[in-house]
Order: sequence, then structure tokens, then C-alpha cells
Amino acid sequence: MASLSFRNVIKQYHQGKQSLQVIHGVSAEIPDGEFIVIVGPSGCGKSTLLRMVAGLEEISGGEICIGERVVNQLEPADRDIAMVFQNYALYPHMSVFENMAYGLKIKKLPVAEIKQRVDKAAAILELGHLLERKPRQLSGGQRQRVAMGRAIVRQPQVFLFDEPLSNLDAKLRAQTRLEIQKLHRELGITSLFVTHDQVEAMTLAQRMIVMNAGRMEQFGTPEEVYSKPATTFVASFMGSPPMNLLHQAPGMREDRILGIRPEHIDIADSGWSVTVETVELLGAERLIHTRLGTESMIIRLHEDQGSPAIGQTIKVRPREDKIHGFDRATGVRL
Amino acid sequence: MIERRPILDFVAHAVLILGVAIVAFPVYITLVGSTQSAEQIAQSRPLSLVPGSHAVETYRLALFGGKSSMGSTFAAGGPMLLVSLISALIIAIGKIAISLLSAFAIVYFRFPMRNLVFWMIFVTLMLPVEVRIGPTYEVVASLGMLNTYAGLTVPLIASATATFLFRQFFLTVPDELVEAARVDGAGPMRFFKDILLPMSATSIAALFVIQFIYGWNQYLWPLLVTTDESMYPVVLGIKRLIAGEAYTEWNVVMATAMLAMIPPALVVILMQKWFVKGLVDTEK
Repeated sequence: MASLSFRNVIKQYHQGKQSLQVIHGVSAEIPDGEFIVIVGPSGCGKSTLLRMVAGLEEISGGEICIGERVVNQLEPADRDIAMVFQNYALYPHMSVFENMAYGLKIKKLPVAEIKQRVDKAAAILELGHLLERKPRQLSGGQRQRVAMGRAIVRQPQVFLFDEPLSNLDAKLRAQTRLEIQKLHRELGITSLFVTHDQVEAMTLAQRMIVMNAGRMEQFGTPEEVYSKPATTFVASFMGSPPMNLLHQAPGMREDRILGIRPEHIDIADSGWSVTVETVELLGAERLIHTRLGTESMIIRLHEDQGSPAIGQTIKVRPREDKIHGFDRATGVRL
Repeated sequence: MIERRPILDFVAHAVLILGVAIVAFPVYITLVGSTQSAEQIAQSRPLSLVPGSHAVETYRLALFGGKSSMGSTFAAGGPMLLVSLISALIIAIGKIAISLLSAFAIVYFRFPMRNLVFWMIFVTLMLPVEVRIGPTYEVVASLGMLNTYAGLTVPLIASATATFLFRQFFLTVPDELVEAARVDGAGPMRFFKDILLPMSATSIAALFVIQFIYGWNQYLWPLLVTTDESMYPVVLGIKRLIAGEAYTEWNVVMATAMLAMIPPALVVILMQKWFVKGLVDTEK
């Protein structure tokens, strides 16, 4: 097991004379055994960053260290990592056992040890009865577990997950999320998990890296990221519905943006006047879409708090201690 | 057809049966002819469609050669069949091996002028053996490869069709699989051997069938490069039987033709399942 560090990592693509920079100097220190989720919208560079750790993409600048070793120039197989791919990338002509054993066979491990490692991983992942099957005879969830098994048997320093849950249905995804958490508790291997799904990020991460347009916007625990978003991007990306970002809230300075989460606004006797536009019932709670001046604002109410009528003007008051202030020019938290 | 119309069914079957009859009838004639004696064939107009009783001696003549009852001498067909078999195998296997490797290089390696190389291979599709036969003969002759297996097969081995087919297949192999193999520590040749080859098994089988028959049916090229009777493939042998100066013994010709049909037919029948799978299968 090992720590993982990014030191001003840069990625550029060259095409002819043009060059395109997709990662702009990411730096982060990840201690041994931590589960880190990299989250961001499509095209933010999160997968590229992961693939640079894996050695599948060249590192254009900066350094990536696994343990004490700078791995920039190492082949993927020599970096002591294991990767779970989005589409699992199982070898279609090999049985589950052979799929898991393939990497070990190349490393020329003794047959007995290969068997022992595969059996152990199969036991952890409940794949024991499927070892003789071919991938096409497995369900999506089972394939996913085989892909994880192939990573586990390598006993790597770092696990890399590239959106491994995106091909599963919602129920299976929730279940696999729990399994991955359990696995991490048992094995304690440093893990890097890429996803665009904020729920996955919030539930899996010990700490998370929020990325946008090739830059790291925030690096912190899910609580920090949710309750103290570092930028307006993080504020609007995390949380569903996202934080209300108001440019013209009453009594606010010109150069500020006021952020307030929908659940931190209460209906009151006095305060801001807003017009109700639509109401969505989500079961336990209601989302009240309102208009404050020219801006729209969402309020989340508990189901038993009743529902204001559409078109009605109501008074609301944000909770003072939950108000976030951002600089209007830079979007950075104040 | 999703519709269930008896008349349509009937027409479809009739057309198919007619087609089979047109293809199968000459084969049947050949089979019947090969069981009759030379006189029977020469005297009966039209040819009798009832099998005769001379099958054993005719086929013995066709296979092992010797003097017929009519007095003409025949070269043995057995060795010719062997020549045909060996060269068809060399051509089929050689084509597949070379095409696999060149497609592998074109798809998975970045080298200067990669596209140019691919297009050069592709362009040779437009130049079949017959077009370049003069210069090719010149080269083979100066290399002293006349009347050898090398001369019979090497010029026919390079295959743009097969290279192209494998290239198209390799392009459908997901990138993630290549990356997974890299993470597992498989080098290029290891990846080729352990993953690409097994995955291409059905395409290889399909190509083997096509190329084996191609190799077996070669006529023009062997005609040029072989002058020694011991290097004649069987297709050439049949032609020689007909071109005999005096009297063609059609029963022996037909027996040899039947014999020459057996190996390709066997290859098709035995590999039919794989052949269809290789051309149709899209499962990865």
C-alpha cells in the first residue's frame, strides 16, 4: 500500500501545430489507504487524470508519485496499480478464473499462489460458483464484480476505478456502492474513483476532488465540499437541487454572489417576497420553484409543511448561518 | 419473411430447388460418368444417367495411374492431389499468418506513414495475380523457384483482402481491452497471442475456408511455374488428361475431377459452422 501524490500535473494534447491543454496543474497529496473520489462534469479531465495515474496517458508536465516512486516513465504494469474499467474490459474468450489470473500468469507467479489468490478474491466477491463461466454468460453486475476481482488479485498499491458503476441499473448501483465501501474497509488500499455522479461521490468518498475544466476546484471531505463549497462551481455542482446562487438578493453588495441551499430557506412572516412558480412533490419533501425579482430560487420544504399555491406571493427567510458568500468576479468563496 | 403465405413459400422453395438442381446436376453427371467405362461414355448419346459398374478400376486408374484397357497410360492422380493439398495449405495458412501480422501492425502500432502503408496494401487488391503475372514469373524464375512449392505458393500468399478483413475486425476490439492487457502487463506480442488471436478465431476459420479453396483452385499460376510432372497440382492434371493427343478417356477425367472436389468440399463441410460464425458473428 502506498500514498499517491500529484505535483502540478499537466496534460496537453498536440495536434499538428496546435496544442490543447486539458489539465492545468493539479496538485494533491493522498495518504496511504484513503478512498478518494474525483468528480466533475463530462470533459472536465477527471478520467484523463486517472488514466495518467494508470500510465495509459502520457504525463505532459509535473509528477505523479506512487509511494516514494515517481511513475511518470513507468509502464502501467510496473506501477503497481490495478484498474477497473467502465465497460469492465473482460477478455471475452477467457473464463472468469482465467480473466482474474491473466495478470498474475504474466508476472509468472506460481500456479498454486495464483489459484489461492483468485479463490480468495472470488470468495470476497461471491464469484466462487462462476469461475468456469465466460463473461458473456454473466449478468452486468457479475461482470462488474469480475472486473473488481481482477483488480484485487493483483494486490496493488492503488486501485483505480473509471466510472465502474455507470453501466449498472440504479438498484444494482446502490448495492455495488456499498460493496465497494465494504471492500475498501477490508483491504484498506488507496483508491481513486472517478465518477460524474455526485451521489456516488458523496457516499463513497473519504475525501473528494471536484474538478472543472481541467482544474481542481476543491479537495476535501464530502461534508466540507457540501457545507463549505470553495467556488460557485462546486456549490452548483454538488447537491440536488443545487445551491441557489443569487446575484441580486436584497441587501447584498454589488460584487458578491449569495449562495443558499434550498433546504436552508424557511417560510416566514416577514423577509424576502417571492412568487411561487411550480411545486414538485418528491415524496418526503417538496421543491418550491420561486422567483425572487428576476432570479429563480428553489426552496425545499418537508412534506408536512404544506404547499403554497402556485402564483401566490410568500415571504421567506434564509437561515443566517447557512448563507454562503462568493466573489462575483472570481466565484471564489469569501 | 414474416408473412405466412403458402404460395410464396412454394415459389421460394421451387426457386431454391431449381437452383440446387442446376448446380448439382453436373456434379451428378460427373459422378455417374466416373463409374462407367470409356466405351460406354463414348458410345451413348446422351450420356446414361444410371451409374455403371466400373467405378473401382476407374478410380484406381485415376489415383495410381497405369495402363487402361484402352491402352493409354495415365499419370497417377494421388501425388497431384498431395501437391494440391500441400500448396493450398501453405497458401491458406501463409495468407492468414501474414495478414494477421500486417493488420496487427497497421491497427496497433504508430509508425511513420502508417496510412500510406495501409493504402499500398489496399491498392494491391486491384492487382490480381493475372495482371502482374509476367513480372512475377520473371522474379520467381530468376530466384530458381520454378518447380518448387515455394514457387507455387509464395507469390500467392500476400493478401490485401485478408489484411483488410482482419484490420476491420481489430478496429472493433474495444480500446479498453487493449488497456486492460497493458495494465495486466501483456506486451504487444503477448497481447496478440493471448487475446487478439483467440478473439479472431472465427474470422480465421472463415478465411481459411475461402483461401484454401482459392489455393486449391489455382490453375494459371501453376501452369506457368511447373514443368515437372511431379509438381503438378491436380487441377492441372485434369487439364492434361483432356489434352491427351489421341483419345480422351472421359471416365478417368471425371473420376479425377471427383477426387479433386473432395478436399475443398470436406473443408467447407467440416468448417461450415465456424465459417458462418466468422462472417456473421458480431459478439465480442
